[in-house]
Amino acid sequence: MMRPSSGLLVGLMRLLVGAYPRWLGCDPGPAQRIYFANHTSHIDTLAIWSALPPQLRATTRPVAAKDYWDKGLLRRYIANQGLHVVLIERAKEGRQGDPLQPLADALEQGESLIIFPEGTRGTAALPAAFKSGLYHLAQRFPAVELVPVYLENLHRSMPKGTIMPVPLICTVRFGTPVARISDESKEAFLARARDAVVALA
Amino acid sequence: MTPHQKFYYLMAGVAGLLTLASLIGLILGKRARSESSRAVVDNLNSRIRAWWMMIAVFAVAFLLGKDATLLLFAFTSFFALREFITLTPTRRGDHLPLSLSFFVLIPVQYLLIGDNWYGVFAIFIPVYAFLLLPAFAALAGDTEQFLERTAKIQWAVMVTVYCVSHAPALLLLDIPGYQGQNALLIFYLLLVVQLSDVLQYVCGKLFGKTRIAPVVSPSKTVEGFVGGGLGATLVGGAMWWITPFSPWQALGLSFIIVLMGFLGGLALSAVKRSLGAKDWGSMIEGHGGMLDRIDSVAFAAPIFFHLTRYFFSA
Repeated sequence: MMRPSSGLLVGLMRLLVGAYPRWLGCDPGPAQRIYFANHTSHIDTLAIWSALPPQLRATTRPVAAKDYWDKGLLRRYIANQGLHVVLIERAKEGRQGDPLQPLADALEQGESLIIFPEGTRGTAALPAAFKSGLYHLAQRFPAVELVPVYLENLHRSMPKGTIMPVPLICTVRFGTPVARISDESKEAFLARARDAVVALA
Repeated sequence: MTPHQKFYYLMAGVAGLLTLASLIGLILGKRARSESSRAVVDNLNSRIRAWWMMIAVFAVAFLLGKDATLLLFAFTSFFALREFITLTPTRRGDHLPLSLSFFVLIPVQYLLIGDNWYGVFAIFIPVYAFLLLPAFAALAGDTEQFLERTAKIQWAVMVTVYCVSHAPALLLLDIPGYQGQNALLIFYLLLVVQLSDVLQYVCGKLFGKTRIAPVVSPSKTVEGFVGGGLGATLVGGAMWWITPFSPWQALGLSFIIVLMGFLGGLALSAVKRSLGAKDWGSMIEGHGGMLDRIDSVAFAAPIFFHLTRYFFSA
């Protein structure tokens, strides 16, 4: 069952930016997954989440920066009630222990994750270099599928520094899961993962 | 007959036509053998299904009254503008004018109709938006292809908002002896335009040989235009009884609607192709995007509006 607040969010996303899913390299099946995407706008999380079918939305949790989503009533409401996000600490000084632990906890409970491995929003259509979190999660949870996602047009709709989206038809492209290669270096893996996102552009 | 009775007769007529079309589609579907004829019939059938949907939405809006009709057209403009801007290369510096186009120009333009304020309705976009949009874009300080970017946004707004809004603006007109029936004029305009599109498509598929502008629009043929245009003009003439026009006047006006609709389809097809696309979008199954369906309305509506206003309104 979809909650009314979720329905409202998804409807608003369809109206404003479309956020139409394109399952190019995999099906929207029940496999446990880490969706990793390029990050260009405030509404990227909402866009991917809206593009997932309702039954997957229930078990897929976006990973979001605590310093951003924990601010203000509306954001906190969307983050907790609507998206059911996993909050992580971005700032080095605020961290205690392993910053990836909340993500690992969610994966251990069988949930799927949405992450933005660039760590911050970019201004270009193509993503910047990936941070290493994705690599560590991929190592720790070898059974979880790693699905590259490319968000098209969102950098035009709501570029960095703007607060209102321009309505555009944006698509959310899901690619073929990235395979793990044994003994691959962290850098090579991250480059390969980024290429998988770029290939969908 | 009261306007509502006329409306029900019209809806019954349209529903009859669509039922006939659905039946033909069904029969053709059973008969189609080759790959290519399959594809044509499938496209035809999804077009017919979309027509049922569009007619239903329009009928509901019409029955709910003026506000609902304005809302329907405002959303039509919104989706059409969204398609246009999606295909248009824009830059970071266009963000403010684009936001204003969607969230200020569209609501204001339709509120002006709701408020019966013809004087401002007619100049709001061609004067105020024309001057202010580039000024706001200039504030962003990006001169790269500034004129091209500005022109594209202005074109998009003129076609999808200003021109399209002239269809519901028919509600503004005060036509002696026709009070309270203006919504039928919207129906009349849409009927002639869309019937012309459909008949041109059908005649083109059946008899089309001589292409009018193959590069711009491969499906537009002389045979399709003449056959479909003639058919729609005659139907428009025969529908004079829902309008304030005499039969001959209705014939003349429907001819102009058909002609403008054709030119709109042609011009916007050229725009679309210059932006590197075949369809404006994929919102309406079988038809393409919203703009693929209303390109001809955008060109026919303002001319029909002004001719009716000049010759028939008080």
